Amino acid sequence: MSVPASMSSPKGLPYAMSGPAFLLFATLLLVPLVLTALLSFSNFDHHVGVKGGLTLQHYVAVVSDDFYHEIFLRTLRLSGLTTLICIAVGAPEAYFLSRMSPRWRAICLLIVLAPLLISVVVRAFGWSMLLGREGLINQLLELTGIGRQRLLYTEAAVIVGLVHIMMPFMIIPVWTSLQKLDRSTEQAALSLGASPFTVFRRIIVPQVLPGILSGSLIVFGLSASAFAIPGLLGGRRIKTVATLIYDEYLHELNWPLGAAIAIILLVANLLIMLGYNRLMERRYRRALG
Amino acid sequence: MAFLTLTDIRKDYGAISAVTDFSLDVEKGEFVSLLGPSGCGKTTTLHMIAGFVPVTQGRIQLDGRDITHAKPNTRGLGIVFQSYALFPHMTVAENVGFGLEMQKVAKAERAARIAEALALVHLEQYAARYPRELSGGQRQRVALARAIVIRPPILLLDEPLSNLDAKLREEMQFELRGIQRKLGTTTIMVTHDQAEAFSISDRVVVMEAGRVTQVDAPYRIYEHPRTRFISHFVGKTNLLEARVAQPGRGGRAVVDGRSFALDLPAQLGVDAAVTLVIRPEKLRLVSSTSGRLDGRVTSRYFLGSQWLYHLETSLGQLLAVLPNDGAAPREEGETVGLDWADSAVRLLTDEDVAA
Repeated sequence: MSVPASMSSPKGLPYAMSGPAFLLFATLLLVPLVLTALLSFSNFDHHVGVKGGLTLQHYVAVVSDDFYHEIFLRTLRLSGLTTLICIAVGAPEAYFLSRMSPRWRAICLLIVLAPLLISVVVRAFGWSMLLGREGLINQLLELTGIGRQRLLYTEAAVIVGLVHIMMPFMIIPVWTSLQKLDRSTEQAALSLGASPFTVFRRIIVPQVLPGILSGSLIVFGLSASAFAIPGLLGGRRIKTVATLIYDEYLHELNWPLGAAIAIILLVANLLIMLGYNRLMERRYRRALG
Repeated sequence: MAFLTLTDIRKDYGAISAVTDFSLDVEKGEFVSLLGPSGCGKTTTLHMIAGFVPVTQGRIQLDGRDITHAKPNTRGLGIVFQSYALFPHMTVAENVGFGLEMQKVAKAERAARIAEALALVHLEQYAARYPRELSGGQRQRVALARAIVIRPPILLLDEPLSNLDAKLREEMQFELRGIQRKLGTTTIMVTHDQAEAFSISDRVVVMEAGRVTQVDAPYRIYEHPRTRFISHFVGKTNLLEARVAQPGRGGRAVVDGRSFALDLPAQLGVDAAVTLVIRPEKLRLVSSTSGRLDGRVTSRYFLGSQWLYHLETSLGQLLAVLPNDGAAPREEGETVGLDWADSAVRLLTDEDVAA
């Protein structure tokens, strides 16, 4: 088989090899993104629909309306809390997993990762059955005499659902960092008089920080744009940006406004993640590479 | 009582014993090496002293205090790990200062002691660097500084030089010894390198399969190895199977019809089988027929300062190491005479007396 000149040359080869991936990205990500961005500047009329032209009115509407502020702040709060809980639960969990005997570790890792095999929607329905008015938890609460509580369609329900979905995305990167950890650094710290807690806080956590960092970026990014969980567990009352976009597109049919909100979410998400990344990297680049 | 006493230490992993009947007294200021092949239990022993590996049986006493089951972070020992185990997210100064911080040493004193320790290992200029910005030898020095800055009663070294290249390793050996002498810190080093153990230790503990086989000054172990294993493990050796002609002091042993004057234990019977050792550098090459024995050079190797000869003799294969005196070496295939002093021949005591 003859090789085209552009592929045999060492200069063209990397481009040729990344061609398919680039094509995929271009058609499935860049084109829809550009179209969404263009749409967000279009005029809209409730009778006619999208009218074309160029306007900033949708952005102005979002920025100046408290209704939207509240939804954006709620989304930020929900994803921030989800990220914090995932760090607090996932990082120690990954640590204990890495210290287990190989057999138990395999079993526990499977338990951690198995939920990834089940659709988010199915898991969300699972939670709504547990948390619902006639759900298992409320039945238990009634039996113990505390009485029924409103559990479903609250921010807490959304956070519980998000944490459940996101946990593997925290555990896996932290686990990867832990694999690179030299166990004798723990012994060294112990021999220098550190308590086990000090060892964890001063020696282990800083070394797995890159893992925690990438884990929290994934968790935050996915939580901020999560749709199914807030939709199913938050209901109509707990609107987040993602469900708001859905409503604008499919209920209000105001596509340009939906597009503007989507772009704002994207930019906000990007800024928060880049800022966070920059902050952490500056502190640890020199030490941890 | 000795400064550090290990009494009948034993470590079992399930049905397997990693260390058995390990007893050792270490005096204050002494430099003791645990020497043995990998898997002989020397690192396990060190980790039991450090407290990282629980002791199955036996007792460890440090300066009169029983530390057998003390937690590692209460023992206050200085440890240099094989991988150095530096904290990668801390600078050199922070690494060295960590132990002082744990001891709640005031900041000003801490800074002074960090500087002092870094000066001792010649790393004053590197205080602000991170470990990954240092070379292997420099990391090793940081690890040493970190261990000695807390002024530990005992310094434990776990194969401290094995990750360095040959030249650096030799330099560090002498430097390590120099620092240890200067501070007078009681030191226990684990190593599988006999040259390393011999050159810097006061005493060497040879271990085999979880047991101590000989504890002695380096030259005594080399000159009077007690077993075949030690004889082979510490340097090159020639073993001769012999029979006792006359037991006791000023006795005689016979090898292949030739008789040697040799001090033998009195309890050996006439005609008992014994093993004799003669180190290759104790053999002299003379012209053929004028020595005790003739041999043919089968191969020779140039080692720079020495020549190593493989000789085929009536006693079997023998090794001879001769200093390179600048003269032309013996040719391969040449027949030479072999001679040695009576006093160069040793009896392997343990195996044969026990047998």
